[in-house]
Amino acid sequence: MKTTRLVIVAVGGQGNLLASKVLGEAALISGVPVRMSEIHGMAQRGGVVESAIVFGDATSSIISDGEADILLGFEPAETLRAINRCSKKTMVITNTATLPPFTVGIGKGSYPEVEEIKTLLEAKTAGLVWLDAMALAREAGSPMSVNIVLLGALIQTGALGFTKESVIEAIRRRTKPAFLDKNLKAFELGMEAAKTP
Amino acid sequence: MHKLLNDSPGEKVMLLGNEAIARGAVEAGVAFATTYPGTPSSEISLNLFQMSQESDLYFEYSTNEKVALEVAAAAANSGLRTFCMMKHVGVNVAADPLMTLAYVGVTGGMVILSADDPAMFSSQNEQDNRYYAKFGGLPMLEPSSVAEAKEMIKYAFELSESLGQPVLLRTTTRINHSNAFVTFGEIQKPQTKGRFIKDPHRCVTVPVVSRGLHVKLLDKLEKATGMADVSPFNFVQGSGKFGVITNGVSFHYAEDAVKDLGIEDKARILRLGFTNPLPETLIKTFLKECDRVLVIEEGEPFMEEAVKAFGQEEGIVIPINGKFKGSKSKGEKTKNLFSRLSEYDPAMVREKIADYFGIEYAPVEKMDNTDIPEIAMRPPNLCSGCSHRATFYEVKQAAKDMDVIYPTDIGCYTLGFMPPLSMGDFVVCMGSSVSTSCGFSRATDQKVVSFIGDSTFFHSGITGLVNAVFNKHNFTLVILENDITAMTGHQPHPGVDMERFGLDTFGRVNIEKLVRALGVEHVSIVKPFKVKKSIETIKEALEFKGVSVIISQEPCILYAKSIKLKTPRPFVVTDKCTDHKECINGIACPSFYIEEGRVKIDADTCVGCALCAQICPENAIRPLKQ
Repeated sequence: MKTTRLVIVAVGGQGNLLASKVLGEAALISGVPVRMSEIHGMAQRGGVVESAIVFGDATSSIISDGEADILLGFEPAETLRAINRCSKKTMVITNTATLPPFTVGIGKGSYPEVEEIKTLLEAKTAGLVWLDAMALAREAGSPMSVNIVLLGALIQTGALGFTKESVIEAIRRRTKPAFLDKNLKAFELGMEAAKTP
Repeated sequence: MHKLLNDSPGEKVMLLGNEAIARGAVEAGVAFATTYPGTPSSEISLNLFQMSQESDLYFEYSTNEKVALEVAAAAANSGLRTFCMMKHVGVNVAADPLMTLAYVGVTGGMVILSADDPAMFSSQNEQDNRYYAKFGGLPMLEPSSVAEAKEMIKYAFELSESLGQPVLLRTTTRINHSNAFVTFGEIQKPQTKGRFIKDPHRCVTVPVVSRGLHVKLLDKLEKATGMADVSPFNFVQGSGKFGVITNGVSFHYAEDAVKDLGIEDKARILRLGFTNPLPETLIKTFLKECDRVLVIEEGEPFMEEAVKAFGQEEGIVIPINGKFKGSKSKGEKTKNLFSRLSEYDPAMVREKIADYFGIEYAPVEKMDNTDIPEIAMRPPNLCSGCSHRATFYEVKQAAKDMDVIYPTDIGCYTLGFMPPLSMGDFVVCMGSSVSTSCGFSRATDQKVVSFIGDSTFFHSGITGLVNAVFNKHNFTLVILENDITAMTGHQPHPGVDMERFGLDTFGRVNIEKLVRALGVEHVSIVKPFKVKKSIETIKEALEFKGVSVIISQEPCILYAKSIKLKTPRPFVVTDKCTDHKECINGIACPSFYIEEGRVKIDADTCVGCALCAQICPENAIRPLKQ
């Protein structure tokens, strides 16, 4: 089976680890081997949370620089910061809603212009899906669903080969029942947003 | 029911490495488990703690790793299957009992897990604890994957019982914090009560006994070498003259690399999972099949040095390299070898294998990313509403005209070393704040004020404080009592009111009474969110000549929110603000941001601790009217 390497970057609290678990469950349902590695030591204290997910036959559970097939970013500057994970063959999917680091918020650090981030990501990689996952999550009824919106966009690209139904089943199994309707709506909105215009 | 207690053999589930290890222990019929929490091991104990509430398993959070190991050693010598887990530096704390327990041995199976942290994702060093196995004479197992970790712990209990020795299970962060599919096995029902059978010639380690025990230990290790030679966890994969010897996660990087490079018919991999004592015969036989051998292991050259020695004994003169270049006169191409630093990754291993064996290989083209603009880092920070921030600010104010050294300790509050608080000058290990204060106060004329958390104080701060009282040192110790072990994910400690969790089988140690009983003459309590009063109290403590202790009491805000002890009540910057920026420059709470040159507070993250409101010179920060 072909190996597909997915890197997810997010800021602590954005639900990256739950998104990874949903993808792992979808892989289980789909019969695809998967290994995931996560670094989350300081997640609750505002740090960056990164997951590496390796689908297919490779047996490693981490992803080297330049070797991500897909980069899924939950925050545009974090997506750009992770550019060293990418090559010219990498597909990038990113949320456009910014969460500036604290130092930027108090005027002591720099944050690139969002348009500049877009230009750089487009120039350096094989393709960019650019969506305001926060706005779509709010539309679905919960800003907490940013992660599920982005999963929708990821599945729409077809890069993982998972069916929509398998991921919906994984969302059912792995997310809280109280949020299920909002998450399913968020998933649909994410898929819709990633359709090529 | 806890998901890891499901009695459903054959069920395939996705588990975190630490969950798989906990499940493996349960499948093995573990009866008794102890720990002190530490990343990357913490989820193992969290799951065992939860399972102990609904099963026969006895589990305890012990006060430190030494205590945890000694408690476990007694259970294992009463015949119970016992599991003691800790992070790598925790083994340093437990090293004293560990070294002699290896002489004494066990009657029930005992597994000691050391969670090492190459690359130091959340640790103060990246020591390679495989040397503890060699140092103490403990059999050691090292898994390469999550699924293997579950199987290996079961084997570890059996191995322990067949040798009568504690077994070291050594993991790394990339095992503990990886997720993969695991198939549930049968759960063996634990034997929950044992009986200690007196055996002074084994269990009382006076010199005459220990001399005999050391002889027995070496005999056991010889027996273990034979077991390692035939262990299913040591195996050869592939055939060919290129030899790779590897362990842990590096095995999978090597396995992928051999496939990617298309040298499956040329390369032979010896994967070692039973790594102390090393399988001598297996390694020597392997070396004879190879033209050259690359040893791939993160950390220190533990296997490399041994493999070279085995080669020497057999008169094998092939190149064997890992981290060391060897003799230059042979003209060997050995410039691109492995490092003793950090962790490895698949591309690194692929490139070095290709280079070492002379395989044509075009690495992934590195992108030129010099045009990427600067992006501010996202360092971890004390949380919005964290009481440590208030205490640090108040101590800084109280001591502002003094020349002060601030020894600190291991916990969330280590983050206080960052500007603008800059409260933290020296830290080496758990408990060191107190004892280094003793030294700094004697060796210098500087004022010494140190910080330690409540859990860390119980762990290893108390003995330092006893020392300070006895030797009449002169410093102020601030104990940050936030009612929980916060950094590792809110585990209890001896000062925690366990009834808050609905658990009524625990006692509680009062820190103030304890400190007074130790003979500290000047003890004061502050409530850190009462700023003015706290600063006055701290000033008094700083003026005291001798040992003074300030206990700063306020629950961890994350924990308080999670158990609904505190409801956020955000504040707002009103029009009275004249832009002193005392708030941002003095305390740098992450809820602040600047919009059009004006300080604002993010109402979604502000919890209403009111620290900023109390230090604003204009009284411009007020509760937000809902």
